[in-house]
Amino acid sequence: MSSKVTKSRITRRFAKLKEQNRAALVPFITANDPNADVFGQILEGLPAAGADLIELGMPFSDPMADGPSVQLSSQRALKAGVTLQGVLDTVAAMREWEMDTPIILMGYYNPIYRYGPEEFAKAAAEAGVDGLIVVDLPPEEAEELNQHLRDNGLHMIFLAAPTTDTTRLPRVLEHASGFLYYVAVKGVTGTKSADMVQVGAAVAAIRKETNLPIGVGFGIRTAEQAAEMAAFADATVVGSAIVDIITDGLNDNSEADAGLSARVLDFVKTLSDGVRGARASAMTQAASGGGS
Amino acid sequence: MVEARNTLRDEPSESGHFGLFGGRFVAETLMPLILEVEQAYAAAQADPDFATELTGFLTTYAGRPSPLYFAERLTEHFGGAKIYFKRDELNHTGSHKINNCLGQILLAKRMGKTRIIAETGAGQHGVAAATVCARFGLECIVYMGAKDIERQKPNVFRMNLLGAEVRPVEKGSETLKEAMNEALRDWVANVDDTYYLIGTAAGPHPYPSIVRDFQSVIGEEVRVQMEEAEGRLPDTLVACIGGGSNAIGLFHPFLDDTDVRLIGVEAAGKGIACGEHAASITGGNPGVLHGNRTFLLQDNDGQIRDAHSISAGLDYPGIGPEHAWLHLQGRVDYVSASDTEALAAFQLCSQLEGILPALEPSHALSYVGKIAPELGNDHLLVMNLCGRGDKDVFTVADALGANL
Repeated sequence: MSSKVTKSRITRRFAKLKEQNRAALVPFITANDPNADVFGQILEGLPAAGADLIELGMPFSDPMADGPSVQLSSQRALKAGVTLQGVLDTVAAMREWEMDTPIILMGYYNPIYRYGPEEFAKAAAEAGVDGLIVVDLPPEEAEELNQHLRDNGLHMIFLAAPTTDTTRLPRVLEHASGFLYYVAVKGVTGTKSADMVQVGAAVAAIRKETNLPIGVGFGIRTAEQAAEMAAFADATVVGSAIVDIITDGLNDNSEADAGLSARVLDFVKTLSDGVRGARASAMTQAASGGGS
Repeated sequence: MVEARNTLRDEPSESGHFGLFGGRFVAETLMPLILEVEQAYAAAQADPDFATELTGFLTTYAGRPSPLYFAERLTEHFGGAKIYFKRDELNHTGSHKINNCLGQILLAKRMGKTRIIAETGAGQHGVAAATVCARFGLECIVYMGAKDIERQKPNVFRMNLLGAEVRPVEKGSETLKEAMNEALRDWVANVDDTYYLIGTAAGPHPYPSIVRDFQSVIGEEVRVQMEEAEGRLPDTLVACIGGGSNAIGLFHPFLDDTDVRLIGVEAAGKGIACGEHAASITGGNPGVLHGNRTFLLQDNDGQIRDAHSISAGLDYPGIGPEHAWLHLQGRVDYVSASDTEALAAFQLCSQLEGILPALEPSHALSYVGKIAPELGNDHLLVMNLCGRGDKDVFTVADALGANL
């Protein structure tokens, strides 16, 4: 692993959170959803609202692992004319005023493949991107992109799922970097609720095999759920619940009402408060015998 | 550079790649399942009982072998090559799709799966999947684009009669691409009990190989039947291509017979130049979709473009990865035929041979009409008549301005 990666924003951020004994909140939004203006307002407000890392969706015409919420947001962003280059430009613009919050891009491989994996890795690093989640690149296919990400000091963040058994887990961990993303439900994004007991056991099992921080996403919709996850995970990702607020704030012509970005940021703040309070309340409960 | 090789029939590699193409581009949640399917298929191949059982069903249930028919009047009409039809439209359910469905349903049963999902375009695969599910008593859910449901109503009702649930997909172009997205989403959400019965020679490894193997019965029969009819191998094989399962089934047993010319006919829709077509090789570029790398219709930003074809079965912006590879190898010629040309061939075949072909093989026949006159009358040409046209009468009536 290159020294660039070990000193990365993601590594530094998780180290700092460990000192604070709390998990990260990672909000997901699709780049340029619902349009460049509203998205810009949301992005600008996210660090102050308590986003410890930011996951930006790279829109794709065929998001096969996503449920209806993220599918809609992807379609809106594409309709608003966003391109992969546009996503990188957005990150570069953000880096002019925000240097500490890691940015992770999440999406599907084809737009990256079309851009050129090597060119993309260079451009993403220059723009100030810190990591990539490419849903349809399992470890078996990932090296053609990951070699260039490594060369450019970017993390490739791999997914582990409830179906990833103990014989397969080493394969996933072999090239994992930054953090491991545990998919909390068997399903697409935004459709099922995570089962805390099952997820807790899975995270504990994975911890025995890796020192990487473990983030949990899929099926986390409320501040309470985010807090429950944050008691044992290193990061909690919330996506569809945020995207749904955007969807609900649009009229039939996809125009946003004036308060939309503020409502999104308020919701992120409640999620963040939940995550920040999680371990303290878990400890209090344990001390008073109220823990499970 | 094309490397000299001893055989073109030993692809894919162990990792499921046909050169640059193929592979397993799926979410991690599905990866363990794909590996399970691969293992189960390898075990089935190694078990002689599996082949015996499949052959039994192909013979007594599907009606194989399908005849090799000398199309005498079309041969006279075109005045050149001797034209034969491989009559896979005579199979039970009316197309070649049953070959693959019988194989995969036996595999799903071995794996202990109780719920079958499938995607369908024209509805031919959906009908074949619903048929085998009825026969083996398994729950069947078929995803179908809303536009395809509208233009293939007879097949939708057939699926319902067979006890399958047809789920309309009202997203994007409302055709086969979206149906496949939804089927993949269903699979991710129901991994424990569900088997995904993919209908074409595409998708993540091992599906392109599985579907090819089960469809290769077409080409294997043609070898034997042509030997019986003419005492030698054919000179040219022609098949239509959407995902390409009937074509790879016909071609694969002949890949190493380098004297046999292989031609795949894609759907040119309203014309390649205007962009409204489904010809992934003629008008697309390599990309990654639905679990494999192959030629895709896409824009410069890697967003998948909607395909267009009058034939719902060819209306897909990709092609099976082995075809993409065979194209780069130069072993198969990929050409195209338009909506209008296919319609003309549909009418010609109906009137001269008394056979209503599906709109899909009508594309192949249109190209046969272009090359046959140029070939000598000792030239043996086989076209895969992979589906019957009953399902298309509404579409054809509409295109010809007839009111039913």
